[in-house]
Amino acid sequence: MMAYAMRRLLGAIPTLFVIVTLAFFMMRIAPGGPFDSERRLPPEVERNVKAAYNLDKPLTQQYLIYLGRLAHGDLGPSYKNKDFTVAQLIGIGLPVSARLGLTAMALALLLGTALGVSAALRQNHWQDYSVMSVAMLGITIPTFVTAPILTLVFGIYGISLFGHELTLPVGGWNGGALANMVLPVTVLALPQIAIVARLMRGSMIEVLHANYIRTARAKGLPVLRIVLGHALRAAALPLVSYLGPALAAILTGSLVVEQIFGLPGIGRYFVQGALNRDYTLVLGVVICYAALIIVLNFLADIAYGILDPRVRLN
Amino acid sequence: MIATGQTLKVVEDVKGRSLWVDARRRLTRNRAAMTGIIILSAIALLAIFAPLVSPYGFNEQNYDIIACAPSWWPAEASCTVPGHVFGTDSIGRDLFVRVLFGARVSLAVGLVATLVSLLIGVLYGAVAGYLGGRIDSLMMRLVDILYSLPFVFFVIILMVMFDRNFILLFVAIGAVEWLTMARIVRGQTLSIKQKEFIEAARAAGVGPLATIIRHVIPNVVGPVMVYVTLTVPGVILTESFLSFLGLGIQEPLTSWGVLISDGADQMETAPWMLLFPALFMAVTLFCFNFVGDGLRDALDPKDR
Repeated sequence: MMAYAMRRLLGAIPTLFVIVTLAFFMMRIAPGGPFDSERRLPPEVERNVKAAYNLDKPLTQQYLIYLGRLAHGDLGPSYKNKDFTVAQLIGIGLPVSARLGLTAMALALLLGTALGVSAALRQNHWQDYSVMSVAMLGITIPTFVTAPILTLVFGIYGISLFGHELTLPVGGWNGGALANMVLPVTVLALPQIAIVARLMRGSMIEVLHANYIRTARAKGLPVLRIVLGHALRAAALPLVSYLGPALAAILTGSLVVEQIFGLPGIGRYFVQGALNRDYTLVLGVVICYAALIIVLNFLADIAYGILDPRVRLN
Repeated sequence: MIATGQTLKVVEDVKGRSLWVDARRRLTRNRAAMTGIIILSAIALLAIFAPLVSPYGFNEQNYDIIACAPSWWPAEASCTVPGHVFGTDSIGRDLFVRVLFGARVSLAVGLVATLVSLLIGVLYGAVAGYLGGRIDSLMMRLVDILYSLPFVFFVIILMVMFDRNFILLFVAIGAVEWLTMARIVRGQTLSIKQKEFIEAARAAGVGPLATIIRHVIPNVVGPVMVYVTLTVPGVILTESFLSFLGLGIQEPLTSWGVLISDGADQMETAPWMLLFPALFMAVTLFCFNFVGDGLRDALDPKDR
């Protein structure tokens, strides 16, 4: 197990290397640079600024300098957000994005599993059909449609709940207050709830036909016991391998959600950085995302091995 | 979709019940899939003949009717205009014709990018699967590495750096989507490789590339077609996502993503600007999913 983990983590290094190299050269072969603004700098000032950031050196040398710094964990300064290093900006943005993403993921797993299991238990009944049609809606309606509609309904018109008029804030982070998180997390989680429910229904139906479930039924165990104690563990396997893609989808979704709700997460830094050609910021965020995806894929594989004793990790 | 119809028609002339005839029978019996095909064809036809369908140009502005509701709009609106079935947008353009022109771009991106991914993925997967051994594991290792890249972010970088080039958008999205295709085709190729007709071809002296193109690829068409119908909606989503962030199609051209983005801004005063493009896009994605499911059931009955 430890050897496997070590090998996987070492295997991540070439992947990260490919990512850094691809992103670095892709940004540089395009025309334009971080200091081409409408108000042109005097040539000697521009020369000095570029020299300060090593932008006057040949591209391969800049690449080597960047790699050397990266090896020491230094992501460099941000070109556009003066006085901030990229690491500082990520340090500000990542907690926001992580909290959003993890809450959405947890919500999706819980609700999606519950919905999927209940649909499987009532296969081909109206409960099944209604859960699956709602899930289909969740998959086909993109985040950037649900976000404005939910904003309109819950943020602007407001809903009355037990006689209280309740309106949710439509934007801003406000230090991560619960009310500010409700709408963004819901928007992020909806498509994932739908996908998890579909996956869960499929695998649950399969598992429920297995012999050991028939045995459990024959013993007279209550349905809840059968599902929680016997079926869920086996049925959750496809879900575990979906965790990696789910994280990628939530990260992508958070680009839109952070934009719409004006949240200070790393997704916004990424889009702004890309538009401003803030090379180091974009690279830093890409590395951060890639590392997240690699780590979660790794954790998912470990979890798979624990859940399914037939799988040998080697 | 069009390709499917053609393949099926050609096979129809052959006597006896081939896999394709069976598959077509199962597909035509699938009501959800057939409805999907009909609706998609209708949307595609409307998009193709958009200039004939609508009396208004897609960039024709009329400053007297800014953000007006269609005359049949049930809720109250600041102004209504007859003749514009979907109302008008914030600079007085007919929304119906813009939704149709948006459909043109979105469907074109979907089809072309899928085609790009199809070309790369099928060739790559077939070559890897057919050659096998060390080349195979090397090629698939590369796919694994690429899989763990946050690809949408690379597309965003590309779009920003190359100034939202239209053609690049097709290619970039296609280049992102080929990985799964390659995996599916490789898996299929591995099993086809063991069949007698491949051995016969090899014995008759057919070279590896010719064997792949003439004998392997035609036999992976089924699963590939299913995956294609699921890739197209994925690509349409990606494009509209980029357009929504302002990184996709540029004015005066439009796509569903751009229209939805504009509509979201005007949602409080002019909800129809969000409603119609969103509806068209959701229905299209819905239909593609139904057709994909139907095709899978039709081509692989044991997998139901």
